[in-house]
Amino acid sequence: MSIDIDTARRVAHLARIAVEEDDLPALAGELSNILTFMEQLNEVDVEGVEPMTSVTPMRLKRREDVVTDGDQAEKVLSNAPDAREGFFAVPKVVE
Amino acid sequence: MSDLSKLTIAAARDALRKGDTTAVELTESCLSEIDAADALGAFVHKTPEIALEQAKAADARIKAGDAPAMCGIPLGIKDLFCTKGVASQAASGILEGFTPEYESTVSQNLFDNGAVMLGKLNMDEFAMGSSNETSVYGNAVNPWKVDDRQLTPGGSSGGSASAVAADLCLAATGTDTGGSIRQPAAFTGITGLKPTYGRCSRWGVVAFASSLDQAGPMTKSVRDAAIMLQAMAGHDPKDSTSADFPLPDFEAALTGDIKGKKIGIPKEYRMDGMPAEIEKLWQDGAAMLRDAGAEIVDITLPHTKYALPAYYVIAPAEASSNLARYDGVRYGHRAKLAAGDGIDQMYEKTRAEGFGPEVQRRVMIGTYVLSAGFYDAYYNRARKVRALIKRDFDTVFADGIDAILTPATPSPAFGLGEMTDADPVEMYLNDVFTVTVNLAGLPGISVPAGMSAEGLPLGLQLIGRPWAEDDLLNTAYALENAAGFVSKPAKWW
Repeated sequence: MSIDIDTARRVAHLARIAVEEDDLPALAGELSNILTFMEQLNEVDVEGVEPMTSVTPMRLKRREDVVTDGDQAEKVLSNAPDAREGFFAVPKVVE
Repeated sequence: MSDLSKLTIAAARDALRKGDTTAVELTESCLSEIDAADALGAFVHKTPEIALEQAKAADARIKAGDAPAMCGIPLGIKDLFCTKGVASQAASGILEGFTPEYESTVSQNLFDNGAVMLGKLNMDEFAMGSSNETSVYGNAVNPWKVDDRQLTPGGSSGGSASAVAADLCLAATGTDTGGSIRQPAAFTGITGLKPTYGRCSRWGVVAFASSLDQAGPMTKSVRDAAIMLQAMAGHDPKDSTSADFPLPDFEAALTGDIKGKKIGIPKEYRMDGMPAEIEKLWQDGAAMLRDAGAEIVDITLPHTKYALPAYYVIAPAEASSNLARYDGVRYGHRAKLAAGDGIDQMYEKTRAEGFGPEVQRRVMIGTYVLSAGFYDAYYNRARKVRALIKRDFDTVFADGIDAILTPATPSPAFGLGEMTDADPVEMYLNDVFTVTVNLAGLPGISVPAGMSAEGLPLGLQLIGRPWAEDDLLNTAYALENAAGFVSKPAKWW
């Protein structure tokens, strides 16, 4: 599977990573090489095999659906690049 | 007592309990070694004030007679662990300035046991790399040298490996997603243990690939790995995948008696083009275990060849989801925006500036294999292959194999920069002997077992049954005793 420049552009956008137009051909080439490496997986007979969901055969723990934490808005916001009046601030989203 | 920083955990514990030294003296010795070792690039955030305060508290505890084994032991902590009030960046520019308001469970467990934190250790960005060259802090350097070249300490836990091998600390925490504890341990002549998936809590450890990540000890001996794992491990309600089993006494398991144990030698690990010295090391290791009374059995793990490609689908897929949180809103870096830039530009510019090239590559690969139309062809197929890889191991263990012996790495440490122009896939081959263990969720340990022709350490890997780190550590202890590896790097830094 080889990745063309349009696909590379689309993947970069899906990943929300800005890539300069000039850098797209190199990126497409790198991604293609890695995908070619992955294509070895097509040699494996996986008929009837369930995809692994959990590496250890254990049931996930259940717990009471109760609040165990909270009331620390200040700490939650302490690392934000832009926090105002108890909120995270971002560029205008709605016109 | 001189050279305190060179002590093993076990020796320091005994000296502390006898009153031959104090935690403060041990800590001061390490701090002065650290200050003289900036050339190694191992410690990237030093925390001497915290260390001395913790050491004083440890001394008081030891005096009171309430001293767990790790009490007063100075450690380095990999930058991937969130440490309260101390920079925790995962060696990434995108977490520049991030100081957590909370402590990871593993580091908290160590502190509850009286351990001392000397500082944070270098690593590959988000633990993605095998040479510590993707770090925003710059390279960590291997204390071992054979000529003018600077060598990689391996990765991703390269700072941890370098710091322990150079005696800057008694031991360090590492994390291992595809070999990130065991490969650097092998490259630097130390012991590195990746526990069974679920043995150590992942809470507060910056996530790379959540179904593969495990924290573990990087130490100067197998006994130290046993002591340190005891303090790190255990059930944590905050990590739903952490196992709620009682912990065995790992150190008590170290009898060195492996008579009658069955050690498997998987034929698929004999790779084309494997260097003769790695092949010889492997055979020597098997002979040592045989001489110690174990039975050596040829085994087959037929899907081994597909472990790396499966890993390089699954790990980036999980990474692309985990790293979606770095959006410039809640923590870390936010790009400067141009007039009129909206929220999408903020995300895209922030992530382009904050992530290094290898992280960007893996996030994009992960995005691609999870995208509509490719999910089944790549991601689901890789998860099916992963199930087959685990089945291979289940089969040999069901047939009575106690542990599996393999090389830890396909080569000794290579030069920093030597792989810069290589295809990313070539770098991925470093993990060829270690990724299977993560995919199958098993414990694995790298033990220094010999030297390369040019004078660099080489490691052997032992793979154990799930939840049987006690038995695995005992086999590793027997191998360590037989190999008698005592070499240390000559100090040049």
